[in-house]
Amino acid sequence: MAIISRGFGGRRSAAEAKLPPGQYLTTDFPVLSAGPTPHISLDRWEFTIDDGSKVLKRWDWKSFRELPTETITVDIHCVTRWSKLGTSWEGISLDVLLADIKADLPYAMFRSYGDYTTNLPLKDVVNKQAWIAFKFDGADLAPEHGGPARLLVPHLYFWKSAKWVKGLTLMPHDEPGFWESLGYHIYGDPWLEQRYSDQ
Amino acid sequence: MTWRSAKVVELRDETATARTIGLAVRDWPGHIAGQHVDVRLTAPDGYSAVRSYSIASAPNSDGHIEITVERLPNGEVSPYLTKELMVGDDLELRGPIGGWFVWRRDQTEPIQLVAGGSGVVPLMAMIRSHASAGSSAPFRLLYSVREPGAVFYRDELQALSGQGNSVVITYAYTRMTPTDWPRPAGRIDVELIATGTWPSNLRPTSYVCGPTSFVEHATDLLIAAGQDRERIRTERFGATGERK
Repeated sequence: MAIISRGFGGRRSAAEAKLPPGQYLTTDFPVLSAGPTPHISLDRWEFTIDDGSKVLKRWDWKSFRELPTETITVDIHCVTRWSKLGTSWEGISLDVLLADIKADLPYAMFRSYGDYTTNLPLKDVVNKQAWIAFKFDGADLAPEHGGPARLLVPHLYFWKSAKWVKGLTLMPHDEPGFWESLGYHIYGDPWLEQRYSDQ
Repeated sequence: MTWRSAKVVELRDETATARTIGLAVRDWPGHIAGQHVDVRLTAPDGYSAVRSYSIASAPNSDGHIEITVERLPNGEVSPYLTKELMVGDDLELRGPIGGWFVWRRDQTEPIQLVAGGSGVVPLMAMIRSHASAGSSAPFRLLYSVREPGAVFYRDELQALSGQGNSVVITYAYTRMTPTDWPRPAGRIDVELIATGTWPSNLRPTSYVCGPTSFVEHATDLLIAAGQDRERIRTERFGATGERK
């Protein structure tokens, strides 16, 4: 039974009804990062897929940008409670990147420049659910928002959409990434409000 | 993590727009300096709104915590907390939350704190924790504020910086300085980083908290001054700002 806050009315709008529980709308694009923003030059950038022992796929920026791209319009939900509706991105689907991979490993650890990691079940990043995005609102993705390229997995809390992504490691079992080791939920479904590990 | 009831036991204005709220929390499990809590308000019709606020007080065992809330002009929760709330009211909160942007009392290395505006709140918890533990880790704060009237915890910071140099403080004013202040108003810059922060050869751990643009600017300057990027921890808040 919640405690009623004397004199609190709150604000409600029709748009709030579309939000996951406990979220509020913002029109800004706030930033949550654990450390300094890395500035990565495109001639050093690469994206690799490995199985924990060997590299299965590797792209440099030029070969990566020759892959087919998609434009994506999605709502995003940050665990710090802001949601942003109808955000527009351009990126490459994980379906394209994983197309020739035959490993029977059901989990992935995404790795970033700056040593950030986040874990995801592979079934959550295939079938048009996840992209490596390099444009936001028609412009190159700014470094503080994860540029040159970030993971975009809009159906989970946004910390899963790792900034400055540089690859993924396929794994036989699920393992916690950076925030998942520091008190945040292993999966992070905003509609089930899976914010914290011990909730 | 469960919602706990918390009674407002003290209210203190820090500035014209910011207020410290002292809370007695039922079954509070204790916290580490730098962590935050979720605060939930519920309207009579059941509508509720939750925001996260950094804890400003040092860890203690008496079940009391303090948060400091800056009022945002178009905020939904912060105007209530800074204007409506009265001593004796009950709130709901859960926490503590966060295991990254924290200072633990067993850390002995030099600590560089860098605050932009209300980003000083979790850093104040670290300063208070350091003082109450009698830690000998060298502490330094570079505190960037709009104007003298926007400084949080002014008297306490002054006392702590006087007392055997528990913390060495450098203020930076971005819009208006006190009279006869040697440095003109402006953003922090290379020179201020050189004079107001630990040299990189001491290998300090840095905690930088403030609005996104401030944190980006300050961390770029720290890295340019030779600080190890692995030793810089950040906490940012967007223009909506309700994180702190």
